[in-house]
Amino acid sequence: MSSEAQVQQAPVTPSFAMLRTLGSIATLSGLLVVLVYHFTLPIIAENQRIAIEKAIFQVVPGAVSRKDFIAVGDRLLPADSEGAQGERIYAAYAADGRLRGVALQAAAQGYQDVIKVLYGYGPECQCIIGMKVLKMAETPGLGDKIASDPGFLRNFEALDAQVDAGGAGLAHPIVTVKHGAKTEPWQIDAISGATVSSKAIGRMLNASAQHLIPLIQRDLALLQHSN
Amino acid sequence: MPTLPNQEEKVTLDTFLRGLWEENPVFVMLLGMCPVLAVTNSVRNALAMGLATTFVLLASGTLVSLLRKLIPKQVRIAAYIVIIATFVTIVDYTIQAISLDLYNALGAFIQLIVVNCIILGRAEAYASKQRLGATLVNGLGMGIGFTFALLCLGAVRELLGNGTLLGLQVFSDQFQPWVVMILPPGGFFVLGAWLLLFAWLRQRRERRLLEQQGASVHGR
Repeated sequence: MSSEAQVQQAPVTPSFAMLRTLGSIATLSGLLVVLVYHFTLPIIAENQRIAIEKAIFQVVPGAVSRKDFIAVGDRLLPADSEGAQGERIYAAYAADGRLRGVALQAAAQGYQDVIKVLYGYGPECQCIIGMKVLKMAETPGLGDKIASDPGFLRNFEALDAQVDAGGAGLAHPIVTVKHGAKTEPWQIDAISGATVSSKAIGRMLNASAQHLIPLIQRDLALLQHSN
Repeated sequence: MPTLPNQEEKVTLDTFLRGLWEENPVFVMLLGMCPVLAVTNSVRNALAMGLATTFVLLASGTLVSLLRKLIPKQVRIAAYIVIIATFVTIVDYTIQAISLDLYNALGAFIQLIVVNCIILGRAEAYASKQRLGATLVNGLGMGIGFTFALLCLGAVRELLGNGTLLGLQVFSDQFQPWVVMILPPGGFFVLGAWLLLFAWLRQRRERRLLEQQGASVHGR
């Protein structure tokens, strides 16, 4: 009985008051979020540009400027051309405007999550000239050495990626071999204790290079100069 | 329109210090364990997480306290969550603008500040009943207490797990890092060790207090 009395005594909040309060708070919060979004948008875009350029110039040593292209089917198109949708590749140029190399993205499943890397291809030597891990969740102290181990990174200073005679793929597929068993220039020497992560790198480089490097070699004239 | 009853208290030093020691959100109340365990693998991450949480705590506390007489109690939790989510979004954009590396390192845990029970707990248990001044002082205390706890974990884990502190080499090259310390189990080990230490300190203080009381009773 007492609870009934309490229910009767408690003043009722009009639904309108609840709607009004929630509506005003939502409006206020929307306004704040939009303000901050607009203020930070150019800064974030600039940060992203700097981050990607830093990575490109790291995997293509000696480059100072870049131009984006998109691989559509089996053709390369400038990134600003209309309706171009596909894999983005970055041509990187030296100070004198000559092509130094092309930065490409690759990804494959690692030990814990997908590993994403950016690697540089040098058309002069027809080889991979640099590799940088963009995103990974490999085990700290073991798998994450793929980003920092000097011996492992040395694999990517001149990793053979010649196109075969038909121009449809690589002459020798890129493979990861057991630590210390590297004998050919297209083999990657794995890190001992991080075989899964090392193999993932080999797999993703092979898949990406088999598809993109023949395209780049064929359309090299298009990429050749920065302007 | 029924709102929550006001239980205003005077701002004292205790209002501030409570969050640091007596009611430390991590070591005493065991709140917000998810970010505590997940992002304390380095001092830098711990500091960024602590500061971001402190900012959200202060900003949401300000709005909740200012609007406390206007929010009907039936919809208060929804209103608090919207307010908290707003400031978390602001922090999210701000960290992206400051450093993308830091943003990537903290991952989803920035967005998850929304559901950090320390913040909702403060809004519900304190800001909704107190004046702005008291709310800010108390929120700052709690924020610093939380940051302090994250730093305690982050420092030990980075030092043992990586041999560095704030990225600077502390031990010589011969030091073999205990990788497990920066992995998830290390978070539990270090948290357990700190909890043990704090519980021991508290017990010792209580025992001394009791002894003193006993002595004064006998002395009379």
